[in-house]
Amino acid sequence: MSKPTLAVHKFSSCDGCQLALLNMGEALADLAQHVEIKHFVEAGLVNEDAKVDIALVEGSVVTAKDQQRIRRVRSNSRYLISMGACATSGGIQALKNLADNPADWIGQIYPQPEFIDSLDRSSAIKQYVEVDFELWGCPVSSLQVSEAVATLLNGAEPLDNQEKLCIECKRAGKICTLVTGGEPCLGPVTRAGCGALCPAFGRACYGCYGGAELSNQSGLRKRLEGLGLPPESIQKRMHLIHPDPQQQNER
Amino acid sequence: MTERRIKIDVPSLARVEGEGALHLKITEGALDALQFKIYEPPRFFEKFLEGRHYTEVPDIVARICGICPVAYQVSAVNALESLFQAPLTPWIKQMRRLLYCGEWIQSHSLHIHLLALPDYFSEESVLGLAAKEPEVVKRGFAIQEAGNRLIRFLGGRSVHPVGLKVGGFHRAPSAEEAKELLEFLQERLPEAVALAEWVAGIKLPEDEQEFVSVALSTEQFAIEAGLLRNSQGLQITEDQYEAHFTESQSPHSTALWSLMDGQDYLVGPLARLNLNHDCLPAFLKTLLNRLGDPFPSRNMFHSMLARAIEICVVLHEAISILQSYQPDTPSAEFSVRAGAGFGWSEAPRGLLWHRYTVDEQGIITAAKIVPPTSQNQARIERDLEKSLTAFGLDKADELLRLHSEKVVRNYDPCISCATHFLKLTTER
Repeated sequence: MSKPTLAVHKFSSCDGCQLALLNMGEALADLAQHVEIKHFVEAGLVNEDAKVDIALVEGSVVTAKDQQRIRRVRSNSRYLISMGACATSGGIQALKNLADNPADWIGQIYPQPEFIDSLDRSSAIKQYVEVDFELWGCPVSSLQVSEAVATLLNGAEPLDNQEKLCIECKRAGKICTLVTGGEPCLGPVTRAGCGALCPAFGRACYGCYGGAELSNQSGLRKRLEGLGLPPESIQKRMHLIHPDPQQQNER
Repeated sequence: MTERRIKIDVPSLARVEGEGALHLKITEGALDALQFKIYEPPRFFEKFLEGRHYTEVPDIVARICGICPVAYQVSAVNALESLFQAPLTPWIKQMRRLLYCGEWIQSHSLHIHLLALPDYFSEESVLGLAAKEPEVVKRGFAIQEAGNRLIRFLGGRSVHPVGLKVGGFHRAPSAEEAKELLEFLQERLPEAVALAEWVAGIKLPEDEQEFVSVALSTEQFAIEAGLLRNSQGLQITEDQYEAHFTESQSPHSTALWSLMDGQDYLVGPLARLNLNHDCLPAFLKTLLNRLGDPFPSRNMFHSMLARAIEICVVLHEAISILQSYQPDTPSAEFSVRAGAGFGWSEAPRGLLWHRYTVDEQGIITAAKIVPPTSQNQARIERDLEKSLTAFGLDKADELLRLHSEKVVRNYDPCISCATHFLKLTTER
């Protein structure tokens, strides 16, 4: 029997989630024993239109060309996983979605804006095509990626971890940055998965794993107001790495 | 001779970070036009930094590049701390350098093994290389892991680490954590030296070119701070950068081009070794002597050896820092001041300059960032013109493409910082 096939596609991003694979070390070579990697440009494998069993998609859709390309990726892939903040919610570059006149931004950076192909919005992959599974995080970890791929290779659906960071942090026995430290921690409304890194470093969570479902956002806002934060600062803090709430809708 | 007009369009520059393309026009056997295009879509970081509090800057700028987030964080805090005149302790300064050592090790080892080496073994990827040279790849992964562990020690994770802040660090790691890390790094140093020796034995193209090297300089091998020098005698501070370096836009690129007093120039590992050779620790001078020391070098293909040597420099330095490591107060107190702050550092790929304007409340009102890849862009085009002509323009398109990629990869362009795959179009 031939090996299952895998592709890694990049859209607008910092390339950091691909490093979840490139930083795996020998585990990357092990992965290649179990799957045939057809397309992964940064690793040197170029076959963009290959039909594959699993596609990992990094980055958000920000150009007219990308809109076409993501549709081709979808039609060539049996199981499509979006990985990282950019692919799942439009990422930090979706801050331009919140601007009054994002089209003007090009003119403010580039002397000749007519040369630049850029849509007014940065969009999550699911805004254009059906996504089978999402890996949240900025960046995603090697463990998240290998768990999802290994589960699929064993014929099961990966499990979506909907726990909140706050619970992960409590279980790890960290001192609470919000209650004890009085810091504006976003742990109560953020997805788990990072290992509660920021609280372990004595700092408040800034929400890089994205908004958890069914979280008490208004309760946390009140609490942060109680710490003396003005509402606009709270708004900004809650919308940094995953700024555009419209992009985070259910698949 | 009849004129050949061939047009090909091949997805091509793999093994770089980001999206790029190369367009060649060859008429009657001569190079008519050459454009190195960067078309990674812009992400507008400089715009959305505006209106943000200075404390958010390190987490925002890290997202410009997953491969060199530490470089972005350090250049940013350098700029803001110089404006606020934050009294950084020797411990904080040393830990900044240690964190940066981790990023050089990780990024350089990734570049040598995953991006550059497959070219020299006629392989597409590190996976093919691993079949031919399993021990080399295994050693490379172990060295890369040393870099990742160093960044995790001070930052929690190696991509978008969370430990750094304006004024210092959020936390000082324990002596026990340092000890465990030290043992792992000590095992890697002989491997890094063996890597440098092995890289020195690889047959490289001989391609000498004239160019100006630009790098930071200090008494130690410059990484996280220093004065800027070039090989023509220029010596300037952060705030004088804009008087000598200008950025312009060309129709074929989403990266702005940077020129130094009107000319192209080189930043990165080769430029650093060309200028800072004297700062190398004694054991590396001895090693290089034994290897027929090529530095200073005008052959850009020596950049792979330069990376291997730099891995030894920073691994050696990280070990000596960790041998006397004790936790200390992780950050310094300071007051916010309005004004403009300038900062730079040596990212793995070369000089990274930042400027921020801040108001009394600590809100960023303007930001400007000049990444290494846009600084090398003009030099890459100039290099390709020369090296492709020397290689032979009559060669088949496929060979031209492979050679172009090899040349471009010497610069380790990070096109996400400035993009992902190169398309080569040739018109003949």
